[in-house]
Amino acid sequence: MDRRQFFKLCACGATTSAISALGLMPGTAMAAPREYKLLKAKETRNNCCYCSVGCGLLMYSYGSNGKNAEKAIFHIEGDADHPVNRGALCPKGAGLVDYVNSPNRNHFPEVREPGTNEWKRISWNEAFSRIARLMKDDRDENFIEKNSDGTTVNRWLSTGMMTSSAQPNEGGFITHKFARSLGLVAIDTIARN
Amino acid sequence: MTNHWIDIKNANVVVIMGGNAAEAHPVGFGWVTEAMEHNNAKLVVVDPRFNRSAALADCYAPLRSGTDIAFLLGLCRYLIETKQVNYEYVKAYTNASYIIREDFEFNEGLFSGFDDKSRTYDKDSWYYELDEDGYAKVDETYEHPRCVWNLLKHHVDRYDFETVSNITGTPVEDYEKVCALIGSTHVHDKAATFMYALGWTHHTKGAQNIRSMALVQLLLGNIGVLGGGVNALRGHSNVQGATDMGLLCQNLPGYLKLPNDNDTDLSTYLENYTPKALRPGQTNYWSNYPKFFISQMKSFWGENATAANNFGYDWLPKWDLQYDYTKHIDMMYKGQVNGYFVQGVNAINSMPNRNKTLAALCKLKYLVVMDPLATETSVFWQKAGEFNDVQPSEIQTEVFRLPTTLFAEEEGCIVNSGRWMQWHWKGANPPGESKPDAEILSGILMKLRELYKAEGGVLPEPIEAVNWAGYHNPHFPHGEEVAKELNGIDLKTGKQLDSFSQLKDDGSTSCGCWIYSGSWTEDGNMMARRDNSDTSGKGITPGWAFSWPQNRRVLYNRASCDVNGKPWDPKRMILEWNHGKWHGIDVGDFNMTLPPKESAHPFIMQPEGVGRFFSLKMLAEGPFPEHYEPMESPIGTNPLHPNVVSNPAVRLLEGVEETLGSHTEFPYVCTTYSLTEHFNFWTIHCRLAAISMPETFVELDEILAAKKGIANGDWVKVSSKRGSLLTKALVTKRLQPLKVHGQMVHTVGLPRHGGHNALTRRSYSCNVLTTEVGDANTQVPEFKAFLVDIAKAEGV
Repeated sequence: MDRRQFFKLCACGATTSAISALGLMPGTAMAAPREYKLLKAKETRNNCCYCSVGCGLLMYSYGSNGKNAEKAIFHIEGDADHPVNRGALCPKGAGLVDYVNSPNRNHFPEVREPGTNEWKRISWNEAFSRIARLMKDDRDENFIEKNSDGTTVNRWLSTGMMTSSAQPNEGGFITHKFARSLGLVAIDTIARN
Repeated sequence: MTNHWIDIKNANVVVIMGGNAAEAHPVGFGWVTEAMEHNNAKLVVVDPRFNRSAALADCYAPLRSGTDIAFLLGLCRYLIETKQVNYEYVKAYTNASYIIREDFEFNEGLFSGFDDKSRTYDKDSWYYELDEDGYAKVDETYEHPRCVWNLLKHHVDRYDFETVSNITGTPVEDYEKVCALIGSTHVHDKAATFMYALGWTHHTKGAQNIRSMALVQLLLGNIGVLGGGVNALRGHSNVQGATDMGLLCQNLPGYLKLPNDNDTDLSTYLENYTPKALRPGQTNYWSNYPKFFISQMKSFWGENATAANNFGYDWLPKWDLQYDYTKHIDMMYKGQVNGYFVQGVNAINSMPNRNKTLAALCKLKYLVVMDPLATETSVFWQKAGEFNDVQPSEIQTEVFRLPTTLFAEEEGCIVNSGRWMQWHWKGANPPGESKPDAEILSGILMKLRELYKAEGGVLPEPIEAVNWAGYHNPHFPHGEEVAKELNGIDLKTGKQLDSFSQLKDDGSTSCGCWIYSGSWTEDGNMMARRDNSDTSGKGITPGWAFSWPQNRRVLYNRASCDVNGKPWDPKRMILEWNHGKWHGIDVGDFNMTLPPKESAHPFIMQPEGVGRFFSLKMLAEGPFPEHYEPMESPIGTNPLHPNVVSNPAVRLLEGVEETLGSHTEFPYVCTTYSLTEHFNFWTIHCRLAAISMPETFVELDEILAAKKGIANGDWVKVSSKRGSLLTKALVTKRLQPLKVHGQMVHTVGLPRHGGHNALTRRSYSCNVLTTEVGDANTQVPEFKAFLVDIAKAEGV
């Protein structure tokens, strides 16, 4: 490059800057800052948790995958590859990030003691121990091994369970095994509702 | 869904009845507009309200809530009368020619065998006449007076246009238009799909609503074909999976049955649930029941299930009554229950009869709430003005609130309405110390094991035997390992199974849920597949996720061809017999090694292989549907049979009859519904949704509003026999009074999204008003048709 060519190039650059200053940037360049932001994010595929259309989601979180970097989801949108929703989401799905980050999320195990008017934070170990104690006392006292005909029935009716229709199948199967091994009959889902 | 979301695009007529897809399943509804734009499809909407789906319909007909059966049986009558029937399909693939027992009767609203005292039927007469080999007798000439076809014709004959209009309030001219549009699909090259949701299930005859539609679809030959089917739009994202997982009081995973007191031992149990073929040469797929069950017991109890202990059969609890949630809350109310787990459900807002539910929870010794959100249920003991009027000091329940993860914070599979098992991945850690449900329940189970080991106690064996040993960490089974367990393994080789056809009943295979077999094979996680190519152009994407069973996208698809294996409509080819082989775009729903004539029984789960116009002993209130009024009827009578007004077989728990109101005291029909901005009681905790729809209301028509002096936005009091609530009035043209049996019937509508502990304005929840009386089979409460009164009120 000689001196003359150098001046030419600079002039060119100045013109381009002037065009951009006037707001005449082409569309692709205008969209660049947003693309840049998501490029830094981690993308995870998921499905909408609300209705049963099962729309595909792309969830974007901060976090570099480094050991001390905590991931946090800041944006959720429809997955354009998904054959059912083809990138679209309804008003509920479009607001999913507000569900993940709702101020009304529970954070810690808590107990409300009988007759009191407050929550008390407890450890998981205390929660498991106290719940197991209550369950065992009730089960041992009320378990029905045989019915009046002498048939083995092994049921426990004085405790029941309303189970989730939003947890994955795997959690559902664990729930089923948990309940039946204890002898619970009165388990139900919101499928009836 | 027998079909799936994308398949709606193949329909010629889309009928939305008992649902409101545009509002409640908006993205799925996109496939309806796709069918309208690109397949010239017509949209028919039948609903008490001119809803969002109706706004886009080619044809809308109003009907009174709770009268769908009359509407649909009238449609059956019209189709038969005008010969708009797919006769070839009906002859080949339904039980129209089967002969019913001589002692079967239907008189004045009651089928044969009714017992007044127990409100149940002795169903013996609701069955085929059998020959000496135990096969059902048929009459191919259709002349036998008791062949199903003649019984059906006779049964629906009462439902002429005037009778239907008198019951439903649908104007005859609207009704005729709907009938003609749906009837137009009886030809081979047209199909109609029906899309329904809670608008059909929330009734005391919900199952029969759906049966009535199935009769229509069988008459038209619309089941098993592209663009047709029986399509339930399910609610929660994984309610299909929860049902597959058997999380119901009488089920085991994969639609196996939890034994009852009559199933005294394993062999009796297997005999009771393994059907014998009712016609020669049947696939009768449930004949494999023992393979599914024994493999499941191997998955439940692992090595502890042996032939010597009947594979742990005795450890399973046996039921003597249907302990669904309504029954169990009634027991709680009567002081018979000490402990309750509420996992991911806002029970106090969702259960019918809130006041009773609240009183029931107050009687518990302990309540364990597992939820990502701070629900009203978890704080049922806290006073919240008139919304929750309790004294905490008087409530002795020990309440635990355990934080759980939500979808974005866990891996696993959820199943959409189209039976697609889709795998998802974890995107972030949950807040605070939240844990997945599986980890919480495992933690409690491990503590119970410790306690039983240390102290002994009643029947500790199943608690020790239940198979947690196979998980890498018994305190936290991971999604992947449970998914593999659900698919099933060959215990001899340790390899993942390819299909449920490999299951054995000798304990050499283990499989948590037989219908999921094939979802995680030696080739890996089939649910995580992401090839969205649709080479046929018919919306079938076999490389995307896994559709149970066997990656099949359209159920009963053998019915898309005639008995010779030729597609009824070449443009709708799913499968075809050609050069001595089956070819096609989907996995056949039959044994594909069989030639056409031997496989010409598409409904392989039935022991006679055909679709049933006459449903034998399957349902509680009859083998044919019949119009019964809602438990609370606005006309107080049944124009067809005044002595049998409502469903005679509903369960009335002690004391519940007194909680039912009459039309003289509560003259208006109330129906509940969902809004597009909200999902039950979750999104009221989401800021954006709370801003876009901040409070609930009651919707009423202009004539009723004028009569009561209520203006748009006024505070009103809505009351039923069970309670009352205050809310604001939304006066619209979407609701119109209907002329029914000589009187004008007004309907009011209540969105179900009220809550007092969320980001929305504090509102009552509509279950203050609703009744717990449910469908006679499923016990789904009648949320869609109950009686209220309405009056102007002072605000809160």
